[in-house]
Amino acid sequence: MHDLTPITAFGLAEPTVFVTQSCQLAERPRIALASVAARLGVDEACRAVITDLLRADAPDPAAWLASDIYSAFWMGPDQWMFSADFPDVEDIVARLKTSFGETASITEQTDGWVSFDLTGEVEAVLELVCSVDMRTRSAGYASRVSIHHTGCFLLIEASDRVRVYAPRASAGSVFHGISQAMTSAAAR
Amino acid sequence: MADHGTNHGTHHRTHGQINRLSGGQIDRNKPLSFTFDGKTFQGYHGDTLASALLANGVRLMGRSFKYHRPRGPLTAGSEEPNAIVALRSGAYQEPNTRATTAELFDGLEATSQNRWPSLAFDAMAINDRFSNFLTAGFYYKTFMWPAAFWEKIYEPIIRKAAGLGALTGSADPDVYDKGFRHCDLLVVGAGPSGLMAARTAAEAGFEVIIADEDFRFGGRLNSEHEFIGDQAGADWAASQVAHLGTFSNVRVMSRTTVIGTFDHGIYGAVERVTDHLRTSAEGQPRQILWRIYAKHTVLCAGATERPIAFNNNDRPGVMLAGAMRSYANRWGVSAARDAVIFTSNDDGHRTAADLHRQGVAIAAVVDTRADAPSAHEYAVIAGTTVTDTRGRLGLNAVQVTDATGHSRWLKAGSLGVSGGWNPNVHLTSHQGARPVWNDALNAFVPSPSLPPHMSVAGAAAGMLSTHGALHSGVDAACKALEIDPRTLPALPKADDRPVTQSAFWCVQGSERAWLDQQNDVTVKDVKLSHQEGFRAVEHLKRYTTLGMATDQGKTSNMGGLAVMAELTGQPIADVGTTMFRPPYTPTAIGVLAGRSRGKDFHPVRLTPSHYWAKERGAVFVEVGNWLRAQWFPIEGETHWRQSVDREVLATRSSVGVCDCTTLGKIDVQGTDAAVFLNKVYCNGFAKLAVGRTRYGLMLREDGIAMDDGTAARLAEDHFVVTTTTANAGKVYQHMEFVRQCLCPDLDVQLISTTESWAQYAIAGPNARALLQKVVDAEFDISNDAFPFMACGAITVCGGLRARLFRISFSGELAFELAVPARYGDAMMRRLMDEGEEFNVTPYGTEALGVMRIEKGHAAGNELNGTTTAQNLGLGRMVSKAKDSIGSKLSERVGLNTEDGLRLVGLRPLNPKDKITAGGHVMSAEGPVNAAHDQGYVTSAAYSPTLGNMIGLAFIKSGSERIGDRMRLVSPLTKTSVEVEVVSPHFVDPEGERQRA
Repeated sequence: MHDLTPITAFGLAEPTVFVTQSCQLAERPRIALASVAARLGVDEACRAVITDLLRADAPDPAAWLASDIYSAFWMGPDQWMFSADFPDVEDIVARLKTSFGETASITEQTDGWVSFDLTGEVEAVLELVCSVDMRTRSAGYASRVSIHHTGCFLLIEASDRVRVYAPRASAGSVFHGISQAMTSAAAR
Repeated sequence: MADHGTNHGTHHRTHGQINRLSGGQIDRNKPLSFTFDGKTFQGYHGDTLASALLANGVRLMGRSFKYHRPRGPLTAGSEEPNAIVALRSGAYQEPNTRATTAELFDGLEATSQNRWPSLAFDAMAINDRFSNFLTAGFYYKTFMWPAAFWEKIYEPIIRKAAGLGALTGSADPDVYDKGFRHCDLLVVGAGPSGLMAARTAAEAGFEVIIADEDFRFGGRLNSEHEFIGDQAGADWAASQVAHLGTFSNVRVMSRTTVIGTFDHGIYGAVERVTDHLRTSAEGQPRQILWRIYAKHTVLCAGATERPIAFNNNDRPGVMLAGAMRSYANRWGVSAARDAVIFTSNDDGHRTAADLHRQGVAIAAVVDTRADAPSAHEYAVIAGTTVTDTRGRLGLNAVQVTDATGHSRWLKAGSLGVSGGWNPNVHLTSHQGARPVWNDALNAFVPSPSLPPHMSVAGAAAGMLSTHGALHSGVDAACKALEIDPRTLPALPKADDRPVTQSAFWCVQGSERAWLDQQNDVTVKDVKLSHQEGFRAVEHLKRYTTLGMATDQGKTSNMGGLAVMAELTGQPIADVGTTMFRPPYTPTAIGVLAGRSRGKDFHPVRLTPSHYWAKERGAVFVEVGNWLRAQWFPIEGETHWRQSVDREVLATRSSVGVCDCTTLGKIDVQGTDAAVFLNKVYCNGFAKLAVGRTRYGLMLREDGIAMDDGTAARLAEDHFVVTTTTANAGKVYQHMEFVRQCLCPDLDVQLISTTESWAQYAIAGPNARALLQKVVDAEFDISNDAFPFMACGAITVCGGLRARLFRISFSGELAFELAVPARYGDAMMRRLMDEGEEFNVTPYGTEALGVMRIEKGHAAGNELNGTTTAQNLGLGRMVSKAKDSIGSKLSERVGLNTEDGLRLVGLRPLNPKDKITAGGHVMSAEGPVNAAHDQGYVTSAAYSPTLGNMIGLAFIKSGSERIGDRMRLVSPLTKTSVEVEVVSPHFVDPEGERQRA
């Protein structure tokens, strides 16, 4: 076992949280991520593995879904991002490679992204930071969005709960942009 | 709480509201105190600044732009040209706001502008005496000579003399937001048609946004004495708003001006969140710029009343008749206790009746029509016009002239003028459609070529009766959303009197008759424009500045067009209109910027070692959005060169560590990964062995070098490609294009992993020794086991997964170590701890740059979008044995001339001389000019290794000129340095160090 201590994207040991009267934005540092891209000609086999892992058809464009272990969202044609809340985030690639075999290319993404959970009156906040229409979108919706000029993924978990995946290096800027919007929304 | 520069004021003498009438939609239980030019007044909740000032007997609210003539409000809305004031104070002060739309709040502080020393006595009013000289085109004709005077003398004087308010010079302390909203139906305007359109859509279950610039919905219903069904119009409007409020699918946005129509059903709308508040909460935005995505839009923007031009029609107290009605009915205010109405249509008579009902004495209704309707309560003078007015700082008499030319003066403090109404077509024209002339209305109406999915209802569509507005609102919503109108309840009864409008724009014989009151354009100016040949409508606008003020000519354009039409003998329809453009009303620059200002102008990207570097006192530099450590000063160093020289020497003599995470990393997998890379790189990759890395050069389709980097083969079907920091996104995009569009039959998958890995360059003769202290023992990194350009997956520090690449940018024995980004901070600290015995030195981008120049490695300065592999001295890398992107076009004759540019090194003959990047290279003798240019310097640095400056340059036939003496010149800085052309590889040209 190595002896190096990880830090969050904010340079801290503990996750960063920002709270207003109506919302909370919380960093979730222990989410394991890996991208899954179907190999050419075996996309059906790849989808079959996804169905097996998620107990549902592979997510369509603009969608995400979850099983008891994994959740996944559509990232591009024949490409999905898998996530899992493992005790050891290091496991995800090995586990997925075992499941997918030669049907997909798996790439470690855990440290490429930082995960934020925004909960509460999220519509009033999100309408200030990105163009997702929370009034017509519902749980299960996933989209690439631009927050504070930064490309992110947004997953709607419920009308009062969304997850944002932001590039790790830009975590501070994205967090700043959302927290400003939270303050603004709370003050309106 | 932020206090917005308002007057907390001790109460000074309170002026009585001498012109306050009964009634109105103001709350008399909520008196408000405010100041205008330092005097304290009182108004009521629901007042605007203009209505409150009028109530207090203040008609004079501003001075005109050019002649500094006294001005009062002409209108009661956002079309106001005259009553322009500055609101609040200190850094919060905002100039050029309209008193007619400024919502009154307790403590509001307003000041007049464009006057000196006071509003009542303005020294610049002398301009009015010289009006004969200050006609249209005055500046163009007068300030021609001498040309040099324009910038330094004329322009500053003109700017000081003419204009509106002034900026404070302080940064805007308010915050602004931008946001996004979506709807099935956007209703622009909440008058009778807008309310019905919104209600129809809401009841059918559609997502609706209804926006209105006013703080009170209802549009003209708030200004009229009329009934809808058995309710007063204003009460009906309030009940509809309350009804809309019960729908969760409706968003009611008051104080929100839709300022522009844009592509794809997107509308810009500015919501004024705190402008009506004395203070705002911490973080509360002053305004929000909404981008509204609407599937359908109904424009219900109403109509603007048009004035009639006659001599001296601009005195305070002269107003549009509909505005007088608004002040009387909505705010319980009159501009004076007596009034004359001058009208060319029936609408003026409504004003007379309403004012009379409110107790204002009507001296006469002057109607241009011979068949004007009569009235019992006051005199109606038919077939007559108003020909002049009197009153120094405000109206006190009106000259009336009948058809025989007989004139007389009527005493009155206010004059209501009505020339009919113009539909507000502006938003229909923002995408290029020009409005069309309607003979029945004598007005322009929306073009049939509306923006996609927009329809127009109510007065904006030319339906000038309330009945017509209600019905057209319902119809528009039904058509847009395919609602069956038969399912809807019957509409209440409303005013359905026929509306006729005559074409009466200007009283014959008028000269100093104002058309554009904000820009001081008169009938005489239009005549001059015509006389001098500026007859086309766009020329008229620019020559006279008609319609170019902040009100965009909402009350003036039609009058100007009509006068020009008469002069040219054309119908108005043939004169045409100028183009309406966003924003519909003046918009603060701050709200266009939103949060993107100062340090929030763009996001930043932090490297995994950022917090550690900050602790070390690193100086950071922005590289794209990345913040990279530029150098690490230590105690005693007072100049950046000291730090950089030390970092270079320490690295070359022992070991240095640099965070190179910012280089793009693209994960390339698939059974055809090698074939794919063979396509995108000009050099061969198909046979690269697993565990090896290769330098690669990518060309654009046109054969020009695009980017360079390395590709490491981690497995048969797995590569990691690195790119330059600047081109990471562009290269990834390019590779995806190749994958998806050019090579869809290849089994290859791409994804960026730039941020997943913290990557550190460990360079210098002790690099291996340092690494051996952190790399786990089972991994042999000796030169034999892990030679130059090797790569592989390893573990460090007792089991942390990592990747190791033996590549060198500095030219030293070097490795790049990658660990998961969250361990980047700990890894850097460990390297520093373990490296103490080697005096390990962190180095930044400056030292990195110096060492790569010393080594002769190309970077962004050399890959500058104009250079080829040949230019870079890498021509042999372009493989002839395969087809790769750009390889064929790189063979073009023009790119392969014998005297083509080649990358060389330069050193000054005098070691103290400076090499300047951007300087041009000339032959040792001969002229210095572009015709004799031999090339240019791309990169330069002081080399602490060599003890003098060095440079990289592209020189014609450069590789054949090694040893030549040339001149490096910069004519701009008048420098000329003797240089010697040398190999670009200043340090270790044989590469022995990096292979050690």
